[in-house]
Amino acid sequence: MSRILWLSGALALTLAAGCTRHTASAPALHATATGSAIVESSGGKQLGTPGAMLPQPLVVQVNDAQGNAVTGALVEFRGAEGVTFDPAASLSDSSGQVSTNVTLGAPPGRYEVTAASNDKAGKGFVLKVTELAAGYQQQLGFELQDQYCARCHDPESSPQRVSNYDNLAVKPHAFTEGETLNNFSDADLIAIISHGGPALNRSALMPPYGVTLSRSEVQALISYIRLVSDPPWRITGVVYAKQ
Amino acid sequence: MKSMKARLISFSRALVRDPIRTFGMVSFLLLVALAIAPAKDHFSEWRHYQQQYLRLIHDRGDAVTLQRHFQGGIRQIWLPDLGVVDRCQSCHTGLDEASLVDVSTQPFRRHPPIPHRLDEFGCVVCHRGQGAATTVAEAHHSTLAREEPLLPARYIEASCGQCHHVALPGTPKLNEGRELLARYGCVRCHSIKLPDSSTMTATDQPPPLTHIGDKTSREWIYAWLKDPASYAASATMPNFQLSDADARDISAFLIANSEPLPADIVPVAATKSSSAPDPAAGSSLYGESFCASCHAVQNAAGNLVGGDLGPELTRVGSKVKPEWLQAWLRDPRTYDSHTLMPRYRWTEPQLTLMNAYVQSKTDPDLMANVHLDPATSEQIAHGKALVTEYGCAVCHEIRGIQKPENFAPELSRIGSKPLAQLVFISGMQQTLPDYIAAKIHRPRAFGTALRMPQYTFSAEQVDALTTALLSYTDRSFTLPTRLQIPSPSIATYQPAGHAGKLMTELNCFACHRINGRGGDMAPDLTWEGTAVQRQWLDDFLKNPNTLRPALIRRMPKFNLSDSDRAVLTDYFMTVYQTADIDRDSMPLSGYSTALVEQGRQLFYSKYSCQSCHMVNAAQDKGYIGPPLTQVGSRLTAPWIFHWLKNPQALRPGTIEPNQNMSDEDAGALTAFLMAQKTSPTREAKR
Repeated sequence: MSRILWLSGALALTLAAGCTRHTASAPALHATATGSAIVESSGGKQLGTPGAMLPQPLVVQVNDAQGNAVTGALVEFRGAEGVTFDPAASLSDSSGQVSTNVTLGAPPGRYEVTAASNDKAGKGFVLKVTELAAGYQQQLGFELQDQYCARCHDPESSPQRVSNYDNLAVKPHAFTEGETLNNFSDADLIAIISHGGPALNRSALMPPYGVTLSRSEVQALISYIRLVSDPPWRITGVVYAKQ
Repeated sequence: MKSMKARLISFSRALVRDPIRTFGMVSFLLLVALAIAPAKDHFSEWRHYQQQYLRLIHDRGDAVTLQRHFQGGIRQIWLPDLGVVDRCQSCHTGLDEASLVDVSTQPFRRHPPIPHRLDEFGCVVCHRGQGAATTVAEAHHSTLAREEPLLPARYIEASCGQCHHVALPGTPKLNEGRELLARYGCVRCHSIKLPDSSTMTATDQPPPLTHIGDKTSREWIYAWLKDPASYAASATMPNFQLSDADARDISAFLIANSEPLPADIVPVAATKSSSAPDPAAGSSLYGESFCASCHAVQNAAGNLVGGDLGPELTRVGSKVKPEWLQAWLRDPRTYDSHTLMPRYRWTEPQLTLMNAYVQSKTDPDLMANVHLDPATSEQIAHGKALVTEYGCAVCHEIRGIQKPENFAPELSRIGSKPLAQLVFISGMQQTLPDYIAAKIHRPRAFGTALRMPQYTFSAEQVDALTTALLSYTDRSFTLPTRLQIPSPSIATYQPAGHAGKLMTELNCFACHRINGRGGDMAPDLTWEGTAVQRQWLDDFLKNPNTLRPALIRRMPKFNLSDSDRAVLTDYFMTVYQTADIDRDSMPLSGYSTALVEQGRQLFYSKYSCQSCHMVNAAQDKGYIGPPLTQVGSRLTAPWIFHWLKNPQALRPGTIEPNQNMSDEDAGALTAFLMAQKTSPTREAKR
């Protein structure tokens, strides 16, 4: 009962917030065109802070059946309880794109947000995007991997840091590689981080960090790896999606 | 009125007309009174949630365990020394249940893992709210006198900062906020006292304005005052939103107030060289001197490239006077004794070359619309009044103006400021975090007469600053002794003698840390004398060819004289030693071939050092760690040995893992690495 109350409360709040915004910018949004698919342009799979706005806006594009951008299609964003969008609904611009700032809910974890639109026949179609909110442990894991691991495990170079990935005879796995890393149990990951690659009969290019990092730091690294894994780690916990 | 009273009296008399009726009446009242408390208890919110929780866990696989853990009734964490009486777990029953990881409905979510135990700290220490309350509204949202609502999740790192005043790896937002408070000079006007009675210090470098007239023009000061960001995107000086007349008068005062430097330091008119210096040569001198380690320049794409230790130089040619720049490049300390700029020992032709190159970075649009008439004495007087009013002297040294104390409200306990003391503007959320964020975002929205300037912070920076400010609470001053964390003392180490003077001139501490003092851009040199060989250090100071080619920021070449270099090298080799390692306990060479070969095997197979280090430049590729191709001519054997045994003991925070190596392995690896000497041909070339 209280859950329904909460949900309706949250809904009312969202609506109220939405309404004030709409009266400010556009009194009513009417689609002037319809598409048949939504694709992600940028802003998916971001790592954010619980309860805070994601660093980059989520940008999606509405296409027609031929894959051309559609201008003036109405796109609505929805998320789980606590997730807010600014704006929550918008018409696609001249390049077919819609941009929204996403604020995630308070609990850390994976968030599934939906961009929805209707086609000519009024039938809905959606795009589902995953966003991540890092709690204390995952945040610590992110900082640690940034310091110790990313130089080899992240193939991308940045002006501040040149990746060592290409220099390694045996290539390390990026932490998002769920296909591989999800096959490792937590105990396996603890072993390979603490005792190095040879602990699991893998390359000695992966050195042991068991003395350098504390047990809780290794745990933090694992919780980060599990959070960013794609496809998701099987007992990753809650997916905060709208029911 | 009277009849009403009479009627009441007759009614009450009717109720107690005879003893039996009185007894019945009183019994009934007693019964009702006794029923109120159980009824209230029965319909309480927390009991409702507990029943819901029991239904939730009923069908789960781990129901038996969860039911065994479940305790009904009001649950309370009581910590007298923290002033914590938290009953949150009466509703949040599953906070400690690790197996509830898949439950998303509140109030039954488990608490995400944190480094502290709930029963040692309670809930309100971090989350705020009213711990003793047993209804949702009172516990979460109450804003009655002396009470505060829950802290929104986005600012939760502020709570860590109540006790932790040193940067923690798990609180990036708080760390960034505190860094911004220091870097943008917030703490110059708003003092922030910490519980250990130290005061937060600013890390910005506002220049003295005593000789400003020698350095730049009045037009430039005007343009800068109007909008610092139009000159440098990375300016730390905020926009005071001055009117044209105010900017005109302040610039007039600053120029009139400026005291000219002696003519032998800054000649009145620079002697123009007959031939224009070669811009390509200037550019390569700029590159060789690694100016970009500290100074940034905007590239064609609009991105800043370079370090942020010194000011941005994108438009510096429109700002500084050539004769001043020549004197500055020759010896920056004659103009600003606290500058971070090192004294390069450039020759006069090099100075002219560098001067011309730096001067070429101009922006004709910057002062295109600035036309100032000669200043009148009224304007200068008004300018002086404005300089006093806006507190310019809080940051800048200005002749004849006293540095004001406590210029703006102290923020030592801003995170606990009662809502009743805040004046909100209409249309904003009436909470403390929203108030702080709005104040930072647009200070003058709270009143046009306010003097707080406008910064150009991004939304994320405002969030970080708000988090940092929310961490300065009453609670951080009233912590029990068992929770007080001593903040590290500020090191005031200063090397002695001629070497100390040279190190001050070269500003070694801007990048290097020695005995706890200095920056973290370059390696800690506290034990450099134990680590390196004398010949290598001398060569390196002569020509600092970098150890790590992948880095943008590098050690500049200071063109030291042979005698100065000898003084520095001697000082380093004698003073910067650790007592734990005897530099001469292992030889520099003469290790057996078998031991070297054993070391090679360990290097390439067991420890796979080649993933990060190069020994054979033709074959190895790793470049996370420094190349080791000539490490035998650079480091001492005992240092390598002890480094291999425990890198973090010699340099805390280094990312090379401690491999828990045996003495035998470390010895063999040391022998192998010491065999990597500078090749004789290269030596001969030098």
